[in-house]
Amino acid sequence: MAQNYDPAPEAKSNMGQPIPRYEAVQKVTGAKIYADDLPVPGRAAYGWMVTSAIAKGRITSIDYTAAKSVPGVQLILTHENRPSLADIKTFAGGGLGITDVQPLSGPEVHHDGQPVALIVADTFEAAREASFKLAISYAESSPTATFGDEGTVEKNLSEVNPRYEPIRFNDADAAITNSAHSIDVEYYTPTQHHNAIELFSTTAYWDGPRLVLHEPSQYVWGLRNASASMMEVDAENVRVKSPFVGGAFGSKAALTHRTALAAMAAKQLGRPVKLVAMRDQGFTHSGHRQETRQRVRLGCDANGKLTGYDHRQWEFTARTTPYSNGGLEKTVAMYDFKAARTDNYVVQGDRNVPTFMRSPAEVPTVYALEAAMNELAAKAGIDPVEFRKMNDTRVNPVNGVPYTSRSLNECLDAAAERFGWTGRNPEARSMRDGDWLIGWGCSIAMYPTQMMPSTARLTVRRNGTAFIEVAAHDVGTGCYTIAAQAAGERLGIDPRRIDVRMGDSRLPPGPISGGSISTASVTSAIAKACDLVDERLGVAKDASAEERSAALSGMAMPELEVVGSWVPAGMDESAIESLYKGGVRISGGAGEERTMFAFGAEMVEVRVNERTREVRVPRIVGAFAAGRIMNPRTAHSQYLGGLIWGIGSALHEATEIDHKRARYVNDNIAEYLIPVNADIEQVDIIMVPEVDEEVNILGVKGIGELANVGTPAAITDAIWHATGIRIRDLPVRIEKLL
Amino acid sequence: MRPFRYERPATAARAVAAAGGEAHFLAGGTTMVDLMKLDVMRPERLLDITQLEDGRYDFIDWDGKSLRIGALTAMATLADDDEVRRRVPMLSDALWLAASPQIRKAARIGGNVLQRTRCAYFRDTSYAQCNKREPGSGCAALDGGVTRGHAVLGTSSACIATYPGDFAQSLIALDAVVEILGKDGPRAVRFAELHRQPHSRPDIETTLEEGDLIVAFSIPDADFPRSRYLKVRDRESYAYALASTAGALRMDGDVVADIRIALGGVATVPWRAREAEEMLKGSSISEDGLERAAEAAFAGASTTEDNAYKVDLGKRTMVRTFLELARMEG
Repeated sequence: MAQNYDPAPEAKSNMGQPIPRYEAVQKVTGAKIYADDLPVPGRAAYGWMVTSAIAKGRITSIDYTAAKSVPGVQLILTHENRPSLADIKTFAGGGLGITDVQPLSGPEVHHDGQPVALIVADTFEAAREASFKLAISYAESSPTATFGDEGTVEKNLSEVNPRYEPIRFNDADAAITNSAHSIDVEYYTPTQHHNAIELFSTTAYWDGPRLVLHEPSQYVWGLRNASASMMEVDAENVRVKSPFVGGAFGSKAALTHRTALAAMAAKQLGRPVKLVAMRDQGFTHSGHRQETRQRVRLGCDANGKLTGYDHRQWEFTARTTPYSNGGLEKTVAMYDFKAARTDNYVVQGDRNVPTFMRSPAEVPTVYALEAAMNELAAKAGIDPVEFRKMNDTRVNPVNGVPYTSRSLNECLDAAAERFGWTGRNPEARSMRDGDWLIGWGCSIAMYPTQMMPSTARLTVRRNGTAFIEVAAHDVGTGCYTIAAQAAGERLGIDPRRIDVRMGDSRLPPGPISGGSISTASVTSAIAKACDLVDERLGVAKDASAEERSAALSGMAMPELEVVGSWVPAGMDESAIESLYKGGVRISGGAGEERTMFAFGAEMVEVRVNERTREVRVPRIVGAFAAGRIMNPRTAHSQYLGGLIWGIGSALHEATEIDHKRARYVNDNIAEYLIPVNADIEQVDIIMVPEVDEEVNILGVKGIGELANVGTPAAITDAIWHATGIRIRDLPVRIEKLL
Repeated sequence: MRPFRYERPATAARAVAAAGGEAHFLAGGTTMVDLMKLDVMRPERLLDITQLEDGRYDFIDWDGKSLRIGALTAMATLADDDEVRRRVPMLSDALWLAASPQIRKAARIGGNVLQRTRCAYFRDTSYAQCNKREPGSGCAALDGGVTRGHAVLGTSSACIATYPGDFAQSLIALDAVVEILGKDGPRAVRFAELHRQPHSRPDIETTLEEGDLIVAFSIPDADFPRSRYLKVRDRESYAYALASTAGALRMDGDVVADIRIALGGVATVPWRAREAEEMLKGSSISEDGLERAAEAAFAGASTTEDNAYKVDLGKRTMVRTFLELARMEG
């Protein structure tokens, strides 16, 4: 069998060293590094969250008798006895809340799995047993589950988000109508859940007026401030600890109900309370990738030059909170369109609120655009790789704003060469191996380069070591490692001699770990801190490593501490103030002054059994260009995980919903399918060197959400190429190919 | 989970004497403990049978062409047995393609055949309707539920929950016999009589009586080197069958001398397609003939909108199994 994974990818130009992860040994030896592992003072009590068994209606009565009689039960909180809490605002309202529904705020049930009670006991087992005995009666109404069901409400996104503007760029309708070739197709993408291996845990305890939260978080400063305002205490009195996160993908960015439940119970009982939303509860606790419908009209002239692009998206969302991820302002910047029109709608039903999930806007919208590009290329008789290259653009066609860098064509060439794309027979059903039909497909991947303000405290020591402190987060991406590398490269110190501390709201604030912004933002703040060290030591900016090293070892004091702070271009210093308040200000992507994106090209081979229609993916090639690569080893892991995620998104992942009851039925990881090892064969990653001096200080583009974008379009095209069948709703399951 | 008592009887006889009512046997626990955590099963006492009489029920014995397997044999042990793999690959295949390495190591084959359905409405007690869990409460799956994984054969208006296992299909195809130790002593029943279709009482899944302990499976004629278990599913490993076929073939020249067909993933119980077997016996293997036999195997199917594809997929799976077996060296 071929070796699929290079142990340490080489550093090409504009790449850092592929050093091993900062926490590699801790991770493989099972060290206690996650929030739920942290010790607490005194004997903890254990919570069990009781969630609603209906999606719509109200609680008519609760009989506590049997539950309270379970030995060890200390507290049962419901809407009937909940202490006062301030209302939590959602992201749309400038807060961090996942939903506008407040914790245990009343008898109304707005969605399946809404927390309706918290049981706290001396042991987990007692709390669990009591949960079986808490008798809750409901008056149930008929809920609306999804698209096409009775009771949905459709709104133009501008009705719920005043800042949203549909795009009208020249006359797309006329451009498409007058095209030599055009298509008008609809696509569907399913609800998906993050399902990180680490569950949603919160441990809360009070030390006098001070609240300590151990909670895996993508934004400890945000969680600190949002929790403080919810609990009506000073933000300085709340501390959030989350040293490492065991997978998040967007699901650990928001403030969910469990934080309030644990904090209230801990206060009432005067002891630490540990609370975990179980796997099935996780499906309704912290959001999901919204289900979407997409309609794409696309045209090109006889030579294959794109003309008009019309893309409309419908996102299924919650009746209580019309959350939207949008995204069409980005797809419209991808190619040299002569005219474009976009519209985004939200469709509301009785569901919990969606949230961001790895490339939240990009996964559904880029899938639709790229699938449409493949369909139009086939219709026009043009090779799909060639088709993309001939429609490349250097500017966002809508506003003419130039890309800071764009290496899509280089990625397409690199992937095509590695894959052996040249000479692909354009005919469907043209390749087979015995009973297996073979097909090839391609897509582009893209992700906006985004940034947030950040600070970083840097301590350099005379003995040649250093220490970085920033409340950024390592969600499995290698953030500690990269922070050490950013400082090490600048100061001429081996990064393995630099300690890093993250994931604690007592540290200087860093960005939310979302939107693939951490590396760009944190390394920029570290670079600023390094500049301050230079200044204090009187070292010239262009000094050699030896000169710097000499200056450090010659310091009068044993150590020097500085705090660097950085704001992205286009933001003023008030952005730092907002950061200290736990705010979320993000810039980048399709901006007014710069168009900033990372790109990739993906090529895939599928095999489909002619009779029983199983789809297998024997090989996939991805080539990516994303500015400076800080560490080719951790970058390789991000790309690898992204491509595998993309395969899952195309073939496996979907949360199934009961239309009658508006409840998720496959709420476990035996039946919510993601690829297993046996599904993944050969995965080739190519890192295409790219230099971008405009995006930020180090020229870094975020990569965590790049590789999984577009993969489903490559796979559906390969399936078409193998079978002649166009599947336009994901995931592609056997029954769709019979 | 709820509190329970844990006991470890020393002998099978004592285990059987102690069992019944709310006292259940515990072997690998891969179904029992799972369903206890979900509050679907609420035993008050668990009788751990894994240590009975020094492994007396953990064996794989060939005697000529007959095979006898102890009920406490781990799935992994039987799957890995060289002689089984060579002489009757369908038994090994069915185990290899089931579950995960960890589960195969823990689970024993006696409990394996009693694995309970994955129907979401059965496994989640917050659904009020489930005739299997609460007799007479209705069927959420049939009342507008998600039924993509549900059965199309052997269903009733009370229940369409799929029998989830793989290994049982191979046993039923091989005319296995179940050796039971009951309160009245040992007895044997045909494997085909072990499981009950749901009819009006889907909560009664087997013909076992209170206290009955499966101690072994015996297969009087197990020599089927030309046999296999084909499992079609949504991913390559660790997934339940959408459709599967346990198939075995004996040829006399170009003529089918003996053929065994059992279907998984599509029925409420391990399902033997005897009518299809009869149609194919005595003729040569052809795609047309197989398609006609598959048609007959699914003639009695009853479907929902979600699972209608299983009829087509089940037929294709059966046909593919025998086309591939026909290509094998006899």
